Amino acid sequence: MGKDIFVWVEQFHGQAAIPSWEAIGAARQLSETLGGQVCACVFGEGVEGLAKEAIAYGADKVFLADDPTLADFRVEPYAALLAHLAKEHQPEVILIGATSRGRDLGPAVAVDLETGCVADCTALEFEDGKLVATRPIYAGKLLSTCTIPERRPAIFTIRPRAFAKPDPDEGRQGEVISVEPVLKEEEITCKVTGFEETEGGVSLTDAAIIVSGGRGVGGPEGFEPIRELAEVLGAAVGASRAAVDAGWIPYEHQVGQTGKTVSPDLYIACGISGAIQHQAGMRTSKVIVAINKDPEAPIFQLAHYGIVGDLFKYVPALTKVLKERLGK
Amino acid sequence: MHIVVCTKQTPDSAAKLTVDEAGNVSWGDSPIIINPWDEYAVEEAILIKERFNGEPKVTVLSMGPEEALEALKHAIAMGCDEGIRVWDEAFENSDTLATSYVLAKAIEKMGDVDLILFGKSAIDSQTGQVPMEVARRLGFSPLTYVIKIVELDFEGRTITVERLLEQGRQVVKAPLPAVIGTVKGINEPRYPSFMGIRKATRAQYPVWTGADIGAEPEKAGAAGSGVRWERIFPPPVREGGAEIIEAETPEEAARILVDKLMAEKVI
Repeated sequence: MGKDIFVWVEQFHGQAAIPSWEAIGAARQLSETLGGQVCACVFGEGVEGLAKEAIAYGADKVFLADDPTLADFRVEPYAALLAHLAKEHQPEVILIGATSRGRDLGPAVAVDLETGCVADCTALEFEDGKLVATRPIYAGKLLSTCTIPERRPAIFTIRPRAFAKPDPDEGRQGEVISVEPVLKEEEITCKVTGFEETEGGVSLTDAAIIVSGGRGVGGPEGFEPIRELAEVLGAAVGASRAAVDAGWIPYEHQVGQTGKTVSPDLYIACGISGAIQHQAGMRTSKVIVAINKDPEAPIFQLAHYGIVGDLFKYVPALTKVLKERLGK
Repeated sequence: MHIVVCTKQTPDSAAKLTVDEAGNVSWGDSPIIINPWDEYAVEEAILIKERFNGEPKVTVLSMGPEEALEALKHAIAMGCDEGIRVWDEAFENSDTLATSYVLAKAIEKMGDVDLILFGKSAIDSQTGQVPMEVARRLGFSPLTYVIKIVELDFEGRTITVERLLEQGRQVVKAPLPAVIGTVKGINEPRYPSFMGIRKATRAQYPVWTGADIGAEPEKAGAAGSGVRWERIFPPPVREGGAEIIEAETPEEAARILVDKLMAEKVI
């Protein structure tokens, strides 16, 4: 008999988080060696549809817990249930998308099961029968490899966009097993009393394209051309620490060592010098474009394409050309 | 009223890191500092102390060898009341599972803790797992990614916070005791004052060993860890720098760039 892999499927307001599908893709790869089933763990309220989606993305089996106590992600009921299922079914591996919620859930379950959790992996590969995880440390200035030699299940949180999202196959068949939550509402200490959604815009960690502004944008209004370019590209807006610390744009947008770590397909850095702390947050981007007045700016060492010039001339020009080319 | 801030020492975020064949990381002349994320936790603890007329005691706790003193001193210089270092040879090579065990045992020894504050993660190993693991071990309310403490009632034993998630800000109410993982944006950490630095220099920093906190050796260090670090190495280097696009007009440059990006299939 093969060894199963659990994948936690994250949802917010009934919508799945993309990194969960990436995790199912990663699990399918690993299952070729482990030989067991890929079991998706779908928790929420009114999330039956997600069970079908999980199968389409590659799950063989879904543990579906549909209950009001699970409507919002809270680590207490989610960890208790995931740990309970793991004890019952003894998977070899648990994969979790390394989102905010996933990075809470992984270690919580690890404590419950007294096992290891490797955070924020960018690759998972079998070497001599051992599952080896690669993860960036020191904000990506170095890489490391980690294993979980003895304890099981081995838990890994995997970095969003580091693993390919599989193409869903609506014809795939799988088994859905309903499970009950472990905790009752009165046993859960944290109560969600409100939520204020970030207005508009694409989330940085999910974005395929990011347009970022730095000190060179000169002020809050300097982000206008950046936003316009982002809009044409369907991109998220990022910022360097300098721009955030100056109060030109909220912290939520900060990319770098003390902000978010991103790896989009395309990262356009506008007026960003490229301090080592900023590079730490975006160096794994597939293609990097730098637009900066200073030809000596370190960002040009990291970038694939560079334009030396005034961002207030080149960014609007780029927006204009893209509008034509993308037919917008 | 007792607040504990957990800190870690790290190399400066601007440090140029090198790694040798054996995987030993070195950071040249760069100083060892308090993990920059932890400064937000320290500042928040001091702000709470100030808000409650200086009544809460703020203890800063660090697990680590002698280098960890730097983090403790910085926190005392900012305004924490006392610093405790917990260390034992048996704690070496702890992963987050083992580290959280040691910290939880040290906090249990203190006995009367209402709040434990952490930075979001350490900038070196950057797992961000220890706050949640400590909360889970102690059964404290787990409040991570906190960008604002909305309400704190030591007598009524409740806390309400805003948490920063991918989609926005979530408001959560929970009972004390609680673990709070702070994020940047919660405050502006102060610089240590001259008086503070003097206090930090003169302060005593007790060291608690495994025996002092009643830690079982097989639950700490490598024996208590689930994760083993295998190798550390520099990322592959890209040669050459950027291909600079030059043209007569910004629009022409934009056209050339868009062609290239389309060829790369990233737009």
